[in-house]
Parts: sequence; structure tokens; C-alpha cells
Amino acid sequence: MKIAVCIKQVPDTEARLRVRSDGLGVDEEDLPFVINESDGYALEEALMIAEKTGGDVVVFSLGSERVREALRKALALGATRAVHLDDVAFAGGDAMATARALAAAIDGEEFDLVLTGSQSDDAGYGSTGSIVAGHLGWPHAWLVMGVEVEDGESSARVTREMESGVNEVLRLALPAVIEVQAGINQPRYASLKGIMQAKRKEIAGKSASDLGLSENEVGAAGSRLETLAVFFPESGETAEIFEGDPAESARRLVEKLQKEARVL
Amino acid sequence: MANIWVVVQTRAEGIHPMALETLVAGQALAAELGGSASAVVLGDGVMDRSGELSSWELSAVHVIEHEALAAYTPGAYIGALSAAIGSEAPDYVLFPHTYQSVEYVPRLAYSVNGAMVPEATAFRVEEGAVIWRRPAYGGKLQADVRASGSPVLVSVQSGAYSASDRREGNAPVAALAVSTEIIADREILGVEEVAGEHVDLSAAERVVSAGRGVGGEDKMGVIHDLAAALGAVVGASRPVIDSGWLPRDCQIGSSGQTVSPELYVAAGISGAIQHLVGMKGSQVVVAINKDRSAPIFGVANYGIVGDLHEVIPALIEAIEEAKAG
Ligand SMILES: Cc1cc2nc3c(=O)[nH]c(=O)nc-3n(C[C@H](O)[C@H](O)[C@H](O)COP(=O)(O)OP(=O)(O)OC[C@H]3O[C@@H](n4cnc5c(N)ncnc54)[C@H](O)[C@@H]3O)c2cc1C
Repeated sequence: MKIAVCIKQVPDTEARLRVRSDGLGVDEEDLPFVINESDGYALEEALMIAEKTGGDVVVFSLGSERVREALRKALALGATRAVHLDDVAFAGGDAMATARALAAAIDGEEFDLVLTGSQSDDAGYGSTGSIVAGHLGWPHAWLVMGVEVEDGESSARVTREMESGVNEVLRLALPAVIEVQAGINQPRYASLKGIMQAKRKEIAGKSASDLGLSENEVGAAGSRLETLAVFFPESGETAEIFEGDPAESARRLVEKLQKEARVL
Repeated sequence: MANIWVVVQTRAEGIHPMALETLVAGQALAAELGGSASAVVLGDGVMDRSGELSSWELSAVHVIEHEALAAYTPGAYIGALSAAIGSEAPDYVLFPHTYQSVEYVPRLAYSVNGAMVPEATAFRVEEGAVIWRRPAYGGKLQADVRASGSPVLVSVQSGAYSASDRREGNAPVAALAVSTEIIADREILGVEEVAGEHVDLSAAERVVSAGRGVGGEDKMGVIHDLAAALGAVVGASRPVIDSGWLPRDCQIGSSGQTVSPELYVAAGISGAIQHLVGMKGSQVVVAINKDRSAPIFGVANYGIVGDLHEVIPALIEAIEEAKAG
């Protein structure tokens, strides 16, 4: 099977965020970037399906020069080749604009399956994969916790998470877009051999015009959402906070829990 | 005059509670913009259930009945709603931000050539334009966004509006015919319980919950020790489960268990909404986090800012002293 995987590079969830001076986004300087969590699980699932069915995994990512690190990592893990949607025109896009570009790149080849993560750890729109499915006209499923390609490879048995500890099992005709939820598998680590091999694998750059898209269909110009401000939540907080020496904080907390909250 | 629709999700037990909150958001938006709000209910045999909405202040309750809508599938829902949106041209269409909506609404926005605002928690109107607030970076930041064009599709996050704020009125309930073929695009094979959902945390009186901040399976000892000192059961946020540091039964949140203990200690947990919905019924919440701006402090009663690997041993010592003394 030929499988496309869309990955996004996002700030590490552990990173200390700072709001940029224009207030429209986060300051990216010195920020550690990683492959988005659920996208990493999508990549692992794709690699496992390709190993089982025989086939290739092609990774796609949209973004600046920096995202090549994420693509290189995916290649080291076992992807066959990578496509970098690399054009300043792609910058600042919402899920609509980003999905339009990704779908155009994917549509240029014949894939049996597209895997994406279910939600990004930065913007968190949770929308990109399903809009890609709309462009391709394929069925899709979100929050997927299991994929089994069925005999004949014309359908997949898909397990989808629902609220409160229940899963729904369904069958999708292939080709389809499957948006993977974190926890579906145990992602592998890159081997030294994989890292060496990745150096020789291809990362193809594609601009908007390569994809047959005009500059006002992509990036901020092609978006329907405009971000007006990004900020830390106002601390309408109720918490009584202890800072400083851990022993002192612990002692004061225990006193509060005993005398004020009466839960000890 | 803005025409606002609220798509009301139903389930076996009746109307989804988040849909009632979203109806209140729709009423508020109509009041603010000067317009009218109506409800849309989809399904097969849902006319009766829709009657419940006739006591709301709504200009109409539109019911789309079709046998292909008996069970939710993205294809059928998108087919029916895009036909209805195409013929009635609402300016705003609101949805509860449920797992079902997140799956199909962005794609519906694409098919009606609309804008999509996911996970709104508030809105305000400035010079006739609606500005939506939504979380970003797992709730660590907030963003204000403006959508262009029409229709604007918005999913409204749980807890942002309260169903008890509803305005009462008298809404006519009527069938809305859609002139399109409605086609399901998946075969539903069944529903299964998630394996290992047998430890019931819902009755626990004290819970110590571990987050990704614990840093590794080999570092989980402090969590178990604190739980032992407090006589508490151990819970966790999702990444802890996904990484295999604890079994799936321990997950607390929207896709895990719901707890309502007397005391909830969240250690190394940032406080994403999907976690908060599982523990917001706790009486006293203690947060331990090294990041002073972590959203968990916004829902905690007490907090310690610091490295949990230093704080928890000190806490255990203080608890032992208090017990002894
Ligand atoms: C559809 C869907 C369903 C989901 N369902 C659930 C669910 O049921 N339950 C759930 O929990 N999540 C769920 N999630 C995931 C959720 O969105 C968050 O990603 C998750 O809750 C974050 O877990 P965390 O707080 O442990 O990790 P992070 O967000 O990574 O936070 C770690 C925290 O630890 C702190 N920290 C790090 N090191 C230390 C240290 N040494 N000492 C003290 N503090 C430290 C950091 O400052 C940070 O605040 C779901 C997501 C989706 C998309």
C-alpha cells in the first residue's frame, strides 16, 4: 500500500512559551520543536501497515526550512521519502488553507491511505485531516485507536474513540483519510542505521505554483480565520499558591489541608 | 439581521447536554447581533425528541428526518446539513464541541465554502464583527480570532455556557425537507468497551494523579508513595497512559474516567480541558507544577510551584509529621 502521512512540527509541550511582541503568536526563537504528538503515532501506524502489506510511506509537512528536521526524523524512522511544502506563501494559514495545500500535494500521486494526527499541540484546530478528506472526496474518521486493512485492501476496519471509555468500530472503503489519536501504538525510536540511511533519502520541495495553487489560495491570504491576539489566560484563579522552598511550601500546604480544607 | 443555527446533537438518552449549552450560546449571539436563533435536529424518528426544545426562545426548531440519519456518519450528516445550509443560508451555525462534531464539522465547512472556528469558549462583538476566543497550546494560551465570509461554523466548548441561562419562549417545531440524496460513507460494525476499564475510580475519596511532568515510568515512585501516604488511589493524564507508565484504567478525562473525590492532587499535569472535564467535580484540588502559568492553577484551590520530585518527598514528610503530631 502507498500511504501518505501528514506531520506538523510544533513547539515541545514542555517548552516555556513567550508571546511575541506583536501579540499575534509565540516567540519562536530558542523554542525546541518536535513532531506533533498524535502525528508521531500516525507515522508509526503507517510504517506498521506498510511493513505488513508491503509498500511505501511518504511524509508531507508544510512550513519553513526548520520542518526539514521533522521530515528527516520521519525518514530516519523508516519513511521512504518526504515532500516539504516550502513556500513563504504558505505561512500563517488556518486549517482550510493548510489542508488545501496538503491535499493538492497528495492528490498529485495515487495513495491508498492518508494518515494524519487528530489534533495539533499548538493551534489545536483538529480540522486539517478531515478537510484534506473533503478535498480528496474520500471517507474519513477522526480519533482513530485502531486500523486494520482488510483482505483485498479495499477497506479498513477502524476503531474510533468516543467519549467515556467506549470505542466505535466501523468499516471504511479505501482510499480514506484516517486521523490517529495518541496512544494507538508505541512509536519506535530511530536506529543509527535509520539515521544514516535518511541522509540519502529524498526531500522534495514544493511551492504553491508547483501544486497549481495561486498565492491567495494558501497561507494567510487563503485563510478564513485571522488571529487578532494571543495571550496568557487572565488569572481569575482561586488557588492559594506556595512558591520557594519545597519543605516550607509542603508544610504550609498540609496545614491548609488540615485546618482550612479539612481533608486530612 | 443575523440568522443563527444551532445543530443539536442527540444520543440514545436524549439531547446531548453540551448541545443545550450551545443553544444558550446561540441565543446570546442572536441577542448580541440582533437576529434570531433556531435549532436543527437531525435523525430518524427524532420529531418527538425535538418537542422538548419548543419551550426555548428560538425562532424555529427545524427537524431533518431521514432513514440514512438513523446513525451518525460524516457523509450523511454533511450531505443533509450542506443541503440545508445551501437553501436556508444561515450566517452562523453553532455545534457542541463533541467528538462527533470535531469529526465532521470542519469538512462540512469545506463543503459549504464556510469558515470554521473550532472550540470557541466566548465571543464578543466589535463594530459588527464577531471575535471568538479559543484555547491554543493545550490551554496554555488563549487566542482571539475573527472569521471572514459566510457561513461561519463554530464548535462551542463544554462549560463555556450554562444550560440554566436559557431564555424561554415558544418555538414552532417543523420538518425541514432536504433536496439531496443522503449517503452514509461508513459501515458501523459496533461499539466496544475499552479493554481494562474495570478499576472504578469514580467512588475514590482521594486521588493522586500523575501527568507527563513526572518524566518517566522509572520516576513514578513518588506518585505511588504520595498516594500511599494519603490513602489515595492513583490516576493519570492521558500521556502517562499512552506512554505505558500506568494501565488504561487510570486515565482521567474526557476519554477516560470521571472522578469526584474530596481531594485531588494533580502532579505534573498542565490542565488541558480534556483532563479537566474528568476531575472538575473534585472538592479540593491541589496542583503541583513547576510552571507558574500552567492552566491547572486556574482550577486548583491550592498550588505548589516547583519540581514535583522535590515537592512530593517534602509533602510526604509533612503529611507523616501531621499524622504523628
Ligand atoms: C480527543 C482528545 C481526548 C483526550 N482525552 C484526554 C483524557 O481523557 N485525559 C487527559 O488527561 N488528556 C486527554 N487528552 C489530552 C489532553 O489534550 C492533553 O494533551 C493532556 O491532558 C496533557 O497531559 P499532561 O498535563 O500530563 O501533559 P503536558 O500538557 O505535557 O503537561 C505537563 C506539565 O508538567 C509540568 N512539569 C514538567 N516537569 C515537571 C516537574 N519536574 N515538576 C512539576 N511539574 C512539571 C509542566 O510544566 C506541564 O505543565 C485528550 C486529547 C484529545 C485530542
